[in-house]
Amino acid sequence: MPESFLLKYISEPDQADLETYLSRGGYAGLRRALSIAPEAVIDEVDKSGLRGRGGAGFPTGRKWRFIPKDPAITRYLVVNADEGEPGTFKDRTLMEGDPHQLIEGIIISSYAIGARHAFIYLRREFSTARDALTGAIAQARSAGYLGRNILRSGYDLEIVLATGAGAYMAGEETALLESLEGRRAMPRLKPPFYPAVKGLYMQPTAVNNVETLCHVTWIFAKGYQWYKAQGTPILISVSGHVARPGVYEVPLATTIRKVIELAGGVRGGRKFKACFPGGSSSAILPEAYLDTPMDYDALPKVDVPGTMLGSAALIVMDETACMVEIIGRTVEFYRDESCGKCTPCREGTVWLGQVFHRMLHGQGRTEDLDLLSGIAKGMTGTCFCPLGESVPPSLNASLRFFRHEYEHHIRTGRCDVREKYAA
Amino acid sequence: MNAGNGERGTGNGLSSAARAEIRRLMAQFPEPQSALLDALFVAQEEVGYLSPEAIRGVAEVMDLPESEVTSVASFYHLYHFKPVGAHVIQVCTNLSCALNGCGRILQHLKTRLKIDVGQTTPDRRFTLKTAECLAACELAPMMLIGDDRHGQLTPEKVDAILTRYADGRSPKPEARGP
Ligand SMILES: Cc1cc2nc3c(=O)[nH]c(=O)nc-3n(C[C@H](O)[C@H](O)[C@H](O)COP(=O)(O)O)c2cc1C
Ligand code: SF4
Ligand code: FES
Repeated sequence: MPESFLLKYISEPDQADLETYLSRGGYAGLRRALSIAPEAVIDEVDKSGLRGRGGAGFPTGRKWRFIPKDPAITRYLVVNADEGEPGTFKDRTLMEGDPHQLIEGIIISSYAIGARHAFIYLRREFSTARDALTGAIAQARSAGYLGRNILRSGYDLEIVLATGAGAYMAGEETALLESLEGRRAMPRLKPPFYPAVKGLYMQPTAVNNVETLCHVTWIFAKGYQWYKAQGTPILISVSGHVARPGVYEVPLATTIRKVIELAGGVRGGRKFKACFPGGSSSAILPEAYLDTPMDYDALPKVDVPGTMLGSAALIVMDETACMVEIIGRTVEFYRDESCGKCTPCREGTVWLGQVFHRMLHGQGRTEDLDLLSGIAKGMTGTCFCPLGESVPPSLNASLRFFRHEYEHHIRTGRCDVREKYAA
Repeated sequence: MNAGNGERGTGNGLSSAARAEIRRLMAQFPEPQSALLDALFVAQEEVGYLSPEAIRGVAEVMDLPESEVTSVASFYHLYHFKPVGAHVIQVCTNLSCALNGCGRILQHLKTRLKIDVGQTTPDRRFTLKTAECLAACELAPMMLIGDDRHGQLTPEKVDAILTRYADGRSPKPEARGP
């Protein structure tokens, strides 16, 4: 198992305590960052090669450079702690186990972009994380790491913790900003509403994922050369049919096969069938793709459209999984979470849901497979935001690799996978 | 906020403590409307659900149109618009939990509590709901009872957990992620 950094102290019960965090080298990176110019902080993040861990993989340093430097302009940092991509649980793990690691990253990043207010938009259901962060913010403030004139640097910062109210859509950055302004979590049109230009309260805003900001903490604790020498760590949430589901820290571009091995392999000696390498928004991949590196560039290059690293949530399915049922479940998820703003997504997911419902209830029709492909085609490149575009990849991939399962459902009205493995 | 503590609201359904808490939340933000989602939870926790009076109370304190508050609240899954039981059970039915047999867990809960999804037991102890991925897939199949996480569920384990809540207390969950 490779050495871990972000997860190093995650299971230590006292890590949330400021004294312990300090004794393990905490806030040293912040001291170093505050001793150099904000521009130099951005340079270092650039050189580290860090890319956003929320799903889109955008280079973090480059994102920060879009934020205007004029001190007369109010700028904000918004932390995306809404973790909702099915299969993803790394951010929750980081916040519960090591809240100061995130707070330190927030302070360094806010300093870099010249923000004097940072907002954490936390998923409401994360009550343990809420308590941990509330405690860490209070401790950091009384010790002078937050508030006015942080560590006598002349830099001021306040962190405000806000919670969501249950909406997957709110994880998308512009919908998140709407929600944080107290409205329905509907996405904004990009352009003109790129957060870096017109973000929170129409001010330039950097929206960053929890894990991304925890990486920033390490880059400043140890320097970007050290960080790169670690092979660029990434957290992978591994779940489904593996022996030891959990969050694994591996060097970027570790193969899917290797990550499954780290998680104890496919459970109970069963045969691997397929996986979602990047949450339910990525296409599924069958066995032939197991040696693909889990990397931003390698995954989209495979010949299965819509394959991506996304939030690095690896959901593993063994031979007992019925693909019609699984893809039907993802369709229902997107249908229920669609914000309803645009027609292809709002209507497309409902139609798909109806087709899956009848196939799974023994009433599938021969023409249904063409119908599914047709609806998927109609949703590709036509949706207002990536939520709707997330439906066709796994659907199309399942129709390509597991067409026989659909055909069996339609022909016989029954599930051969379920019948074979019924306990 | 607790319905049993302090003065109960009169005209607008919210106590003065709840109204003060909402004002405190508003003061945290450059634009006070940013506190709306949190304010709705303050109201929900006090009244038990978002009754028309609770919505009106939030609208009044925040100086927002009632229609706007209702429209925002209706977008999100975690607000209740009718009374719920003392403990709201949310069973995750997303992929990792589905792969680990959440269907069996949900069925067991329905049979044991003798209610369907969306319903509340006649003694008003439990409301049963389903949820999308709760970001605890390493514990699949899992559920939340109130704020508490319970994972690696089996029907037997569910029975044992329910007994602990049946007397109205909220025990701390023993299940925590790695
Ligand atoms: C439907 C949808 C849901 C998303 N959910 C999340 C989420 O829960 N957490 C997250 O960090 N990013 C999420 N994202 C990605 C964000 O839009 C955004 O790219 C990210 O927060 C940027 O931070 P990063 O550059 O540090 O990755 C989601 C995107 C979409 C389209
Ligand atoms: S694609 Fe779906 S979620 Fe996105 S704007 Fe359209 S309806 Fe809303
Ligand atoms: S799928 Fe159930 S917690 Fe993620």
